[in-house]
Amino acid sequence: MYQDLKFWVSDTICAGLSPLAGPLLGKACPRFIDGFLVTTELLALACGIGFFLAIALTFARMSGRTVLVWPAQVFVYVFRGTPLLVQLWIIYFGVGSLGEQGLGPFLWTFFKNPWLVGLLVLTLNTSAYVSEIFRGGLANIERGQMEAALSIGMPWLRAMRRIMLPQAIRIAWPAYGNELILMMKGSALISTITVMDLMGQTRTIFARNFDLNTYLYAAILYLVLAGCISAFVAVFERRFRHDTAR
Amino acid sequence: MKIRLLAVGLLAGGLASAASAQDVLRIATEGAYPPFNNVTADGELVGFDVEIAEALCAAMERNCEIVAQDWDGIIPGLVNDKYDAIIASMSITEERKQAIDFSAPYYSNYLSVVAADGTTATLEELAEVSIGAQRSTTGSQWAEDTYGSRADIRLYDTNPAAFSDLSAGRVETVVADFLPAAEWVSANQGFGFVAEKIDIADQIGIGVRKGEDALREDLNSAIEAIRADGTYQTISVKYFGIDIF
Repeated sequence: MYQDLKFWVSDTICAGLSPLAGPLLGKACPRFIDGFLVTTELLALACGIGFFLAIALTFARMSGRTVLVWPAQVFVYVFRGTPLLVQLWIIYFGVGSLGEQGLGPFLWTFFKNPWLVGLLVLTLNTSAYVSEIFRGGLANIERGQMEAALSIGMPWLRAMRRIMLPQAIRIAWPAYGNELILMMKGSALISTITVMDLMGQTRTIFARNFDLNTYLYAAILYLVLAGCISAFVAVFERRFRHDTAR
Repeated sequence: MKIRLLAVGLLAGGLASAASAQDVLRIATEGAYPPFNNVTADGELVGFDVEIAEALCAAMERNCEIVAQDWDGIIPGLVNDKYDAIIASMSITEERKQAIDFSAPYYSNYLSVVAADGTTATLEELAEVSIGAQRSTTGSQWAEDTYGSRADIRLYDTNPAAFSDLSAGRVETVVADFLPAAEWVSANQGFGFVAEKIDIADQIGIGVRKGEDALREDLNSAIEAIRADGTYQTISVKYFGIDIF
């Protein structure tokens, strides 16, 4: 159902674009838009879930409790310290090779699906980076604010959430916007685990027409997406400026 | 002055290497397509394609250098003069002929569909299940043309990656060329053919750059020569037990 809706959307877009896209893209147009939608969807979900996971990770790392600090530190170190491609292949081909016997029916339904594995890896990867970005933001906030909050009896978690984090996110926002763009570019790697994202579709189209312009059209679509991300980041940046000016 | 001398030296060096590059015939193969071409643990290229390439070079009395190149960049690499010929079990297709030229065929190919034993799907019902294939191959393109580009077709960078997902149970069927598929099925219990030999009039040739007619003619005569003196048959029987020409 949902899949059909996406196909309908890209067919409609291509029909609308046909005077412009027809001669250039021809039959390939729906494939490009299909891929564009898959990339957009994966990015939105990975970055959305990754944002909250990053906050949880940051809290764990700042909590001062060894049982929380250590696992969070190791997680961030591993996912920031290895290439995204390696993470994808270990989790898709490596963990996947255990099959249903090794993983059990529940985990297997998850690991069987390349789209879900792609989403998982992108989410974990971005959450590690974003947690580092938030940590940098928090380091720039006067410690005295936290001490003041604690001294009037506010619990640590609430002080983090209401006082420290909003300021940290404001400071870290431009760096966060950068991470979103990097994530968009990194997402092209999921084409190697059979997900038909924009890069996957592009490679498949190129495999038949051997026209190097195919990659140019893909680049343009990635630029469109980068433009949307930049606009999204800018909207919040303006809001944050208003808030602090007030 | 010094700079100019250096520049002259570089230029001379460049010319010398260009001249020697003409003597050596550079051949690309994929190196991930057993039993046709594969890289051993020691990094050595082996397989039917590699031995045919060596036999052809011997017949043409030329020095050859065989390199491994990822499949979906193998045609752009040829067009951009990274090597002079592709001997990598490449099917002669109309689409590829737009980009490169082909020698006469050096073997015939069929497509196969492999699935786990007990799979009930027939060839007509393949649109309902997931189909694995290597990207940019006649197999993947046959699947796209037959079942539509929006069928659940999973495209892998190499053929073994597609088979490894089939054995993990992640993809329900794999479309591949008959001989590698037959080898894989005989080595992996519990898997069999949904369709053993789909004839798509597929001929395998050697890719050369457009306009390189002299090289193409040389390769054609060399293929005839190794057919005539039995070298070809010996290699074919060694790998497949039959003459696959």
